[in-house]
Amino acid sequence: MYSEKVMDHFQNPRNVGEIENASGVGTVGNAKCGDIMRIYLDIDDQQIIRDVKFKTFGCGAAVATSSMATELVKGKTIYEALKITNKAVMEALDGLPPVKVHCSLLAEEAIHAALWDYAQKNHIVIEGLEKPKNDISEDEEEEEY
Amino acid sequence: MSRTIYMDHAATTAARPEVVEAMLPYFTESFGNPSSIYDLGAKNKEAITHARDTIAKSLGTDAANIYFTAGGSESDNWALIAAAEAYESKGKHIITSKIEHHAILHTCEYLEKRGFEVTYIGVDENGIIDLEALKAAIRPDTILISVMFANNEIGTIQPIAKIGAIAKEHGILFHTDAVQAYGQLSINVDEMNIDMLSASGHKLNGPKGIGFLYIRKGVKIRSFIHGGAQERKRRAGTENVPGIVGLGKAVEIAMATMEERKAFETKLRDYMIKRIHEEIPYARLNGDKTRRLPNNVNFSFQFIEGESLLIMLDMAGICASSGSACTSGSLDPSHVLLAIGLPHEIAHGSLRLTIGYETTKEDVDYTVDEIKKIVERLRNMSPLYEDFIKKEIKKHSK
Repeated sequence: MYSEKVMDHFQNPRNVGEIENASGVGTVGNAKCGDIMRIYLDIDDQQIIRDVKFKTFGCGAAVATSSMATELVKGKTIYEALKITNKAVMEALDGLPPVKVHCSLLAEEAIHAALWDYAQKNHIVIEGLEKPKNDISEDEEEEEY
Repeated sequence: MSRTIYMDHAATTAARPEVVEAMLPYFTESFGNPSSIYDLGAKNKEAITHARDTIAKSLGTDAANIYFTAGGSESDNWALIAAAEAYESKGKHIITSKIEHHAILHTCEYLEKRGFEVTYIGVDENGIIDLEALKAAIRPDTILISVMFANNEIGTIQPIAKIGAIAKEHGILFHTDAVQAYGQLSINVDEMNIDMLSASGHKLNGPKGIGFLYIRKGVKIRSFIHGGAQERKRRAGTENVPGIVGLGKAVEIAMATMEERKAFETKLRDYMIKRIHEEIPYARLNGDKTRRLPNNVNFSFQFIEGESLLIMLDMAGICASSGSACTSGSLDPSHVLLAIGLPHEIAHGSLRLTIGYETTKEDVDYTVDEIKKIVERLRNMSPLYEDFIKKEIKKHSK
């Protein structure tokens, strides 16, 4: 069902983890739908993404697209990162099954959400970046089990 | 990884070698059509009769009440649609449960589109049907109650005899989908007041593509497949002789070994449940602890998603299944897990492991060891787990 590249990124995900005091953090998705992606960015004074980490709750495709998205933004400027589309993530993974395309959208949104967070923290405007729709507030009350 | 550990016996089972052996002659030398007059075909009728007798005996009924079909889904479709049509003049109301197999639920939806009304009875947190709600749902125009014998996902066994008694008291037909239970639990259709019962061959180490519908004598349901006069004119089509013979053999073995298997599998099941409970935190057993199929284990692992777990288990050579949405192609997780009250995110992290007579303790140990490693690995990359741990730390530092 998955391409070799997807399986590789699922089995050996790149850049899993957290960045303490990250320049920007974005969390998108919804546990109800079974997908949550969080991306941490470490951005330097030159607006270059020096480091990136992710954590994902989701299926094989969700993990693989997160991993690939982090690979694609690492070392890029924030404007280059902003141009990375879900299509680019999918192509880099040699495609996804049709029912999993939404996972690649989530990866694009997670990057945007992290960039938005960076812009907010630094009181700057990143041209072309819109406020993310899917950002999940950190303080959101969790359901009790 | 060359080792394959099959933990998905509720999905299907391997045919026993004796079953395959019994079937083989009917593909080649004994290939004749049972409806033919010559010996080559006619003697195959005896083979069919023998299988029918074996099945009838297993349910405590007469051979004339057993009708061979192509499997559980056909039996379910036939029972519901034909009964609805036959008793339409009496009423158009059907009662079923929220946790039925899709062969029942989608057939009910089909009937709803054709003017029937269906009440879906809820279940408690262990998946046991609410008998009071069932009784309360009965109306003068209720013509059929259909409740599964045991659930395919969480293994919960329903109080079938009680439901049968309620149906009988009200003069309502009672059908049960016994696809998961038949061959694992003893069933007596008369004692339990079951009017119709669906079963399938491949769930009990028999062949695929064969099953049967038990129909109590006097239930007036019509033919579902039109054509020849096979199956007492109620199910047309040249008999699947190898399938019927294989099913008969599988039932014969299942009945002869039932008590022994039940004891063996229950012990193994409870051992697996105990190990998971003791060794993996934030794991929830889905389904009833005791009113449960001997071969079923179903857990939800908090903070992780089922498909990821399944792929990683597959890489370790373990075949299992999940109620996660990602495995079904829809966005919603299993209707059964939602019906027992699980929040979506917990339902997404469910894992079903179903054992068989050939499963060993070593298989179970290896499986639990692997689950433990995989759950830990997936939690370490889960933002939900990260948030949970941070919250816990905050709580304790207060």
